[in-house]
Amino acid sequence: MKLNQRSLAFHATCDAPADNAGFQYKKGGRHAAHHRRWSVPRGTMLFCFGDAAGREPVGVIILEGCTVELVEAAEEFAFAVRFAGARAHTYVLEAESQAAMEGWVKALSRASFDYLRLVVRELGHRLAAARAGGPLPPRRPHALPPKEDGCALWSAEIPAPAAAPRSLPGPEPPPLPPCRRASAPSGPLDSASFAQLHEWYGQEVRALRGQWLRSQAQP
Amino acid sequence: MRYNEKELQALSRQPAEMAAELGMRGPKKGSVVKRRLVKLVVNFLFYFRTDEAEPVGALLLEHCRVAQEEPSGFSISFLEDPERKYHFECCSEEQCQEWMAALRRASYEFMRRSLIFYRNEIQKMTGKDPLEQFGISEEARFQLSGLKA
Repeated sequence: MKLNQRSLAFHATCDAPADNAGFQYKKGGRHAAHHRRWSVPRGTMLFCFGDAAGREPVGVIILEGCTVELVEAAEEFAFAVRFAGARAHTYVLEAESQAAMEGWVKALSRASFDYLRLVVRELGHRLAAARAGGPLPPRRPHALPPKEDGCALWSAEIPAPAAAPRSLPGPEPPPLPPCRRASAPSGPLDSASFAQLHEWYGQEVRALRGQWLRSQAQP
Repeated sequence: MRYNEKELQALSRQPAEMAAELGMRGPKKGSVVKRRLVKLVVNFLFYFRTDEAEPVGALLLEHCRVAQEEPSGFSISFLEDPERKYHFECCSEEQCQEWMAALRRASYEFMRRSLIFYRNEIQKMTGKDPLEQFGISEEARFQLSGLKA
């Protein structure tokens, strides 16, 4: 499969902040040799550089859809990045300390696009509710990723969020908005009435739903 | 650069946010327009020959620029090489606008900035940090300082 590798390399070395960059030992696929790699999580990818932070990564693991697990291994501070599928490869990585390992497991579990999209939608919903007036009702985000609680199994697979707006006491909140551009804060949201917000979001939801219906009709 | 191609192929089979048959022209000089099934899944744009199950290729949509080219066409180019453009032809201006809007929102970076924006707005309005409940309020990628000017 062709892939825009130059863009991938650019993404690896761009100056957005990265949590948890650090050294890891990576077991190669068929060979048991361990390679010490400078690893940088960036978005939904884990980039591996050579022995130090080189100019270009030697490899990348696309993390979308993975599960991150602790493993019983001879190596200390080991954890696994596992993918679904019959012949899917499992990457066994070792951190340099217990604290580093825990940091990696947390960071990689939350690296998926779906996770971020879920959080953004939830925040967008809360902001719309706050702007519509009235206190934020207490919520149990049952579909949302759990806070760290010491469980050994961290799953990056999040169930798809419900398409319909959740029912809350009081006035019906506007439907979940798509992401807003962070660089355009003074959009129609700022001084719109609830009715205007509702209509505005409603248009976008109708457009998205139309797209979804058309995509479902694809063979 | 090595990458886990099998997982990328598996991703191309996931439900898409947008999928349509479009005309596509690669960035090389002299490329011709070909019909491709184009599928947007998370921050990847996959393109397939219309009768094949495995994608011909994928574009990671980070640091890209989506621009309108004709009334019903758009291009995608990347920050590190803005002259290399992938061209797409839609069947209507409406379809073109839909795709452009979806592609502009499809990057991890865009969502990250949206999250920071919402977090900041909610904090200003309620005095509370909404990320605390998710246990991610300390992550470097979600800090206000992470927004470029």
